[in-house]
Parts: sequence; structure tokens; C-alpha cells
Amino acid sequence: MSLRRGERAIEALLFLCALASVGTTAGIIVVLAVETFAFFGEVSIVEFLTGTEWTPLFATKHFGVLPLLLGTTVVSVIALVVAVPTGLLSAIYLSEYAPERVRRVVKPVLEILAGVPTVVYGYFALTFVTPLLQQWLPGLSGFNALSPGIVMGLMILPLVSSLSEDAMRAVPRGLREGAYALGATRMQTALQVVVPAAFSGITAAVILAASRAIGETMIVAIAAGQQPRFTANPFVPIETMTAYIVQVSLGDTPQGTLEYRTIFAVGMLLFLMTFALNLLSSWLRARFREEYN
Amino acid sequence: MTTDVRPLPPTLSSVVRAGTPVAETAPVKIDVRNLNFYYGQKRALDGISMAIHANRVTAFIGPSGCGKSTFLRTLNRMNDIIPGARVDGSVTIDGHDAYGSGVDVVSLRRQVGMVFQKSNPFPKSIFENVAYGLRINNLTRSKAEMAERVEESLRAAAIWDEVKDRLHESALALSGGQQQRLCIARALAIRPDILLMDEPASALDPIATQRIEELVYDLKKAYTIVIVTHNMQQAARVSDYTAFFWLGRLVEYGRTDRIFTAPAEKLTEDYVTGRCG
Repeated sequence: MSLRRGERAIEALLFLCALASVGTTAGIIVVLAVETFAFFGEVSIVEFLTGTEWTPLFATKHFGVLPLLLGTTVVSVIALVVAVPTGLLSAIYLSEYAPERVRRVVKPVLEILAGVPTVVYGYFALTFVTPLLQQWLPGLSGFNALSPGIVMGLMILPLVSSLSEDAMRAVPRGLREGAYALGATRMQTALQVVVPAAFSGITAAVILAASRAIGETMIVAIAAGQQPRFTANPFVPIETMTAYIVQVSLGDTPQGTLEYRTIFAVGMLLFLMTFALNLLSSWLRARFREEYN
Repeated sequence: MTTDVRPLPPTLSSVVRAGTPVAETAPVKIDVRNLNFYYGQKRALDGISMAIHANRVTAFIGPSGCGKSTFLRTLNRMNDIIPGARVDGSVTIDGHDAYGSGVDVVSLRRQVGMVFQKSNPFPKSIFENVAYGLRINNLTRSKAEMAERVEESLRAAAIWDEVKDRLHESALALSGGQQQRLCIARALAIRPDILLMDEPASALDPIATQRIEELVYDLKKAYTIVIVTHNMQQAARVSDYTAFFWLGRLVEYGRTDRIFTAPAEKLTEDYVTGRCG
């Protein structure tokens, strides 16, 4: 079958559009890889992965990424501690308890939270949540991991609740009826039958949220401080991997120097972490879909 | 009437003989009076009254959408979970009003077990599927007692020999017929008095269907069974009583052999002989 010339042109155009995003991704990976490779020509990979001091911008340079990694971990864990229980409970409410009218209003409102620009969350953390927390926690610094962690938890909450709710609603009604028919209450049905049946979907939601928290930049750049510290203490200023990349990008570090290349090494690590989590998440979701076809 | 061309297994041929008219000695287990059921504004059941006898198999037949499944689900209040559903009239089980104000739906459903059209094992192990009802209702005191009840239920559902060596594997790995018998075992584990079966064999092949039918025959010694079926041969084979539903009404109800050989209503005769529906 032969296509007319116009159709061929359209097909070519569509192909180029598709290629653009794939090409961009490939380009990012190549740039990251090239610069990272150059970085590890000068700095030992062992020092990078095991060192506990991160001072590439100082006279005495140390390239241990662990303080940044720990900073990212502390903030992300706080965010998940806020988002996972709240998100799951609201998903259970929306999927198992809420009347259809309530669900139709609450779910979109919750999803609006996801549309708020992160810079707004950042200043919300710095100028509202931190002062509020300081009233109860006098030892809390103006910049800290706790406040941006909590606010980031609020930001990823809709992601957790919305995706978990989708997973729970995909559980066949027959399973719920099977539980009710054995004398299960609504709560028992929700917690013991629906949640386990939706487990892989819920896990996928949580992992996606974790990946989002790890990659989140603006909130931590604004409210967490810029002091790479090897500490799990959430009350003092720290620096995350993303915040460090912002710091260098906004500064006057000359291109091609070792300091400049640090952001690519950190960026590569960040990319690998979120990429692995996203892969895990989509693998879990695919498995979930298979179970109930 | 249409006759079954398949040869009946020995246990089942006796079922058909059991339908000869004799005075009913079994007490009334479920007494339904003037029951109406509404989905929103739509009336799905219209003034149903019938008495279902203990230790008998009662079959509900009728075309799709005639209300037979809806009626079955009013007997254990399974329709309660449907938004906009409403019931009036009365359902009395062992002399107690199932829709009374002080009734605990959970204990009602413990007394009135249910098996569904599509087998619905939980995504848990075979053992845990059967143990689930025992756990949530705190029916056993020790692990040993739990294991005993699980085995007893699996034996009663005629599936023990097939699964005894893999009790801790996922129930989802079983075949369709095995899953359905597992669901029957799950329903039996909490020792209900009444077992409601909503087209339990409609998704199964003839061999699996025959096993379910034999099981129904065995189970009626201990349980009152109400079975919805779209298969008239099945109704004739397994049931003592048959109720014919049409457009939300109960058209005719009586001994299965009479319904199939000498129906009082023209509509029933047309349906059981395959002239309509």
C-alpha cells in the first residue's frame, strides 16, 4: 500500500516530535555520562561514594557525597513519614467510605495541591512552617530539614493518595463482597482484603512519591539551608543533592573546572536513584494490572 | 418438559426422585413476606412472598434481569452496600426479622453464607482464604483448632485431596472449578445455617459443574441451600423446590418436579419448555 506524499510528510513530522523527547533524554544521559566520566578522572570514585565531607567550593577540597546523600535521605524520609500514612488513609476513605458526591469534590481538590508551584511551597516552609515549628521547638534553626520535609510531604500527599486510590478501586467488587459475605466489617474489608489486593499498586505509588521527594529541588533549596553536613539531625541546616546543584548553577563557578563537574557527578547519582525507583514503580504497576484481568 | 440428555450420576438421579410429592416435614427456615426492592426509583422486586424450607435445595430460575439474584442478595442483606438500594416487606430467618432495627448485619451474614457467580478467592494462600472468616469472627481458640476447621471445610467442599499438599500456595493459582470449591469451603468454614449460591457453576466446564452439583446434594444434609441458576436442567437435577421469577415477580413456586412437569402457570410452562425467555 502506498501512502500519499502529504501523509508521508505528516508521518515524518510526527516521528520527529516523538524523537525530540527521546533524543532529549538520550542527550541528557550522554552529557551527564561524559562530564561524570571526566570528574572521576580526577576524583576517586571510592572517595566520592564513601567520603563524609563535601567541600568542593572551599580551598581544601573534599569530594565525599555522603553529606548530600544523607541530607536528601533525611528530608525525603520526613516527607514520606508525612505523606504515606495520610495519603493511604485518605485513599482508603475515598475508595471505601466516601459517598460518590464527596469523592467527586475531594479528589480534584486534593489533586490541585499537586499543581501548586514548588517555589510557593518553598517559601511556605521557610516563612510559615519554620516559624510555627520554632514555637514548639526552640532549638530549630531558621534553615533545617524538618520544615521542608513536612511541606514536601504535603506536596507528594496527593500523588500517594490518588494513585493508591486508583489501585484500590481497581480491586474487583467481588473480593469486597466475598469479605462482607463472611461477616467482615467495612474496616476489616478495607484493611485486610482491599489494601493487600492493591498492595503492589500502593507500593508503586509510594515509590513514585519517594522518587519525587528525592528529586524535589525548590523547597529544599529555599528552606533547608546550604550546609552539607553529615548528620541525621533534622533541626540544623543541611544541603541536599538537588540544592547543591542549584547552588553551583547559580554561582560563578567557571565551566569545565572540577568544581563545575561535581554537579554532573551528583546529578548522575540523583538520576540513577530516581530512575531505579521509577523502574521499580512501573514494574510493580504492570504486575498489578496482570493480577486482575 | 425438556429432558436431560446427559446420563445422571447415581447420586443425582436420586435427587430427581426426591421430588415426588410427599408432605413437607422440614420446618420453614426463611419466611419472606411481601418483599419489594428498589434501585433508586426503579422497582426490581415486586411483592415477593415465599417460605424456604430447612435442609432443602431451593432453586431460583428465570431469565436474566428477572430479579432472582437481587432477591437472593436480600436474604443476607448483601444489597445494603449498593448505594440507593431500598427494601420493604419482611425477611424472617429462624423467626428473627433480618431487617429489624437491632439486627447486626455481620452476624446475619455469618448465619447466611454466600457463594458468588464469579469465584472470588482473596489474593492469599489457600489456607488463609478458608481461615479468613474464622479469624475475623474469632471462631477458633488455637492454631490446631484453626487447622482442623480449615481441613474440615476443605473436605466438605470436596477439594481437600487436590490442595492438601499446597495449602500455603496462592489461591489464585487454582483452576476455575477449584477456586469455586475453595470459595464454598471458605463460606462453610464459619458454619452458616444457610448457603446462598448465585449461579455458582455458570463459569465452569461440565465436569466442574457436575462436581459442584454433587456437592450441593451432599451439603443439603447440613445446610439450607438456595441456588440461583439460569440452567433449567441444573435446577431440575439439584433442587427440591423451584421458584420461577419473571420481571421482578415470583410467578410460581413449588416442588421442582411439579414445576417442571405440571406447572400451574402458562408463563412457567413456556419458560421451562424453552418457548420464551
